Amino acid sequence: MSLVNSEAVTRFAELAFIRKEELSQLIQVLRDQGYCVVGPRVDQGAIVYAEVETAEDLPRGWSDQQQPGQYRITSNNTDSYFAYNLGPHSWKQFLFPSQHTLATTDRCEAGWQMTVPEEVTPKYAFLGVRACELKAIAIQDRVFTEGPFVDPVYLERRAAALLIAVQCTQAASTCFCTSMNTGPQSTSGFDLALTEIEDGFEVEVGSEAGLAILGKLAYQSATERHSQRAMALRQRAVAQIERHMDTAGLRDLLMNNLEHPRWDRVAERCLSCTNCTMVCPTCFCSTVNEVTDLQGDHVERQRVWDSCFNPDFSYIAGGPVRNNTRSRYRQWLTHKLASWHDQFDSSGCVGCGRCIAWCPVGIDLTEEVARIRSEPNDQRTLPVLQPAAVMTCRVPRSNS
Amino acid sequence: MRAFAKPAPQPSPWLTHSVRIRSVLKETPGVATYDIEFVDNEAAQAYQFKPGQFNMLYVPGVGEAAISISSSAHSPQVLRHTIREAGGVTRTIAEGGRGMSLGLRGPFGTSWPLESCFSVDPLAKKEVIIVAGGIGLAPLRPIIYGLCQRRAQVGRVVVLVGARTPIDLLFSHEYEQWREQGIEVQATVDRANGDWLGNIGVVTSLLNRLNLKRPEECLLMTCGPEVMMRYVVQTAKSCRIPLTNIWVSLERNMNCAVGLCGHCQLGPEFLCKDGPVFPYPRVANWMKVQAL
Repeated sequence: MSLVNSEAVTRFAELAFIRKEELSQLIQVLRDQGYCVVGPRVDQGAIVYAEVETAEDLPRGWSDQQQPGQYRITSNNTDSYFAYNLGPHSWKQFLFPSQHTLATTDRCEAGWQMTVPEEVTPKYAFLGVRACELKAIAIQDRVFTEGPFVDPVYLERRAAALLIAVQCTQAASTCFCTSMNTGPQSTSGFDLALTEIEDGFEVEVGSEAGLAILGKLAYQSATERHSQRAMALRQRAVAQIERHMDTAGLRDLLMNNLEHPRWDRVAERCLSCTNCTMVCPTCFCSTVNEVTDLQGDHVERQRVWDSCFNPDFSYIAGGPVRNNTRSRYRQWLTHKLASWHDQFDSSGCVGCGRCIAWCPVGIDLTEEVARIRSEPNDQRTLPVLQPAAVMTCRVPRSNS
Repeated sequence: MRAFAKPAPQPSPWLTHSVRIRSVLKETPGVATYDIEFVDNEAAQAYQFKPGQFNMLYVPGVGEAAISISSSAHSPQVLRHTIREAGGVTRTIAEGGRGMSLGLRGPFGTSWPLESCFSVDPLAKKEVIIVAGGIGLAPLRPIIYGLCQRRAQVGRVVVLVGARTPIDLLFSHEYEQWREQGIEVQATVDRANGDWLGNIGVVTSLLNRLNLKRPEECLLMTCGPEVMMRYVVQTAKSCRIPLTNIWVSLERNMNCAVGLCGHCQLGPEFLCKDGPVFPYPRVANWMKVQAL
C-alpha cells in the first residue's frame, strides 16, 4: 500500500459506514481494478484464505472453537461475515508462495543457460487482514526486503498488494496478541479497516488507495451509534483474550537457558512435524528443489517452504547439526522469540496462536516460556572445554 | 506501523553465471582443486572477491553447494575452488571433471581481516598465525597469498596445518614456495607410518610451541572442524593472544547464500551473510552450545 499523509486522507480522519450489502460491491470494485481478491472461505472444515468473487463466498454465519491441538468451525446463527478467528492459512502463502520457480536452466551448446523467469506479478487485495496479521506482514517485509539482499518474488507481490483489515470483535482461546503488542486492533498499515457491527461496517481509511475505493461505494459518515457499537465490539475482543506470555527480558531469558531441562521435556511431546512453522505467518525458511524433465535438459529451481524441524534442514557434510527434536524445537522457539530481535529488531511472534491450535499434540509456546521462566537454569557459565587429551606423541625430528 | 516502502530494484540473487571447469588438480584423497572459467567474458571481467568468501556452485538437476574460493584475490580471473567429495553436488563435480559446465553465484559472505595484518610502521609489524585443519586450509589459502603479496608489511607469518595422515596434508606441494616467501609452515598429522618424519598430534601443540614475542598484537585466523577451532581458541588464550584478535570461519548448511532461507543460522547469525568469517568473540557463546 502507498500511504501518503495527504490532505485527502486527513480529511477522512472521520469514520465512514457502509451497509452489509455493500460488501459485494467492495469486492466487485476491487475486481474491476484488476485485483485478485483473497479472503476467508470455508474449505475442508476450516476457514482458509482463497479467491473470493462475491460476498456469498465469505464464511457468513461461521465461527470457530480453538484449543491447543484443536480447531473446529461452528455455525453461529448470525449474519456476521467475520465472526471467526484465524485458521491455518496466513497471507504469507500469497506474498511468499509455498512453491515458486526461482530460476530455470536449459542445456545448450555452451553448456547450461540459466534464466530468471519473468513473471506477471499477481495483484492481490487481501480482505479480512487481522491486526496480528498486519504485523506479521510488516515482520516479513523486514526479512525479505530490508536486508542486504532483497527477495524479488516477495517484493513485487507485496508492493502490488492492497490490505483491507477487519478488526477483531472476538478472540479465540489461543490468541495472545495483547502480550505481543500486535492487536487486537489495527491502527495503521492498512488501506481500509472494517469493523463489522450488526447492520454494516464502520470503515477507517488508511491510505489514498483505500480512500479511492471507498469513494466508489455507497457510504455515509459513521454515526455516534455506529462508532460506539464498533468500539464496544473491538473491546469485547480485548476482554476475551485469556492467554498471555510475559515478554519482559524474553530474549535474554531464552538465550541464557539454552541447556534448560525443559527442552528435553518438550522434545518428548514434539513430533517434529513442522505444522507450527507452516501455519506461522512469519516463518520464512525455504529450500530449493531441482525439478528436471525426463531428459534432464530442462531444470527448474523450485523454492518450497522448509522448516527447522526437518532433520536435513541443518545438514552439512558431517550430518545434521541439529540431530534431535530437542535441538530443533529449541532452534524454532529461540529464533522466533529471541534471536529474531538480534536479526530484525522485533519478536518473530505476533501472538496469533496458530502454532498452538495446529500442533497435533497441543504444545503451547506460552506454556513453554512460562516453564522456563518459572525455573530459570541460567547457563551463562557454560562448561569449560577439557584440555586436549592427545598432545604430541613423539618429538618431531623436523618440520614437515 | 509504517507503510510499505518499496526499495530500489536490485539484481536477482538467483541470477546464476554459466561457468566451465578449465582444469582439475588432484590434491589429496577425495580432494581436488577446480580451475573455473566464466563462459561470458563480461561476467569474468567484472568478477572480484575477497579472501575467505565463497561461491555457490550449481550442478543443474543436482543442486548447489557453498564452496570457498581457494585462489588469489589479486587475480580473480584465475578462480579456483578446492573441493572435498562429500555429497551429491561435490561428487558430481568430481565425476564431471575437466570441461564440465556448471552454474556459479557469488561471491558471498565476509572475508578475513587482510588489511588489519599490515602495518606501515616497520617497528610495529604484526605477527599473523594461520591455523588450518583438513579442508579448512582451502578458504585460508587466499589470505596466505594476500600476505605474500605484501610480505614486507607483515611481521612473522606462521601457517600451522593439521591433517589426519601425511597424504591428507592439503597444498603440501606449495609449502616450500610459502617458506621461500618467509612464511613458517608447520604440519602435523593424527597418525602416520614410518616414512613420516614430522609432527604427530593435534595442531594446538604446534601453536603452544611458537614462542610469540608480542602475543597481544598477534592476529590468528583459523578454519577447520569446529572442535579443532574451539581448542585453537583455548590454546591461543593460554598463549595470551587476545580473543578479539582471533578470527574463525564457520560452516553450516548454506542454501540461498543471501540470508533469506534460514538454513545457516547459528544463534542470531546467518552464516552466509554475517559470516562465514567472524571475529571469535561475536560467535564465542554460540560455538560452545551443542547442536545449536
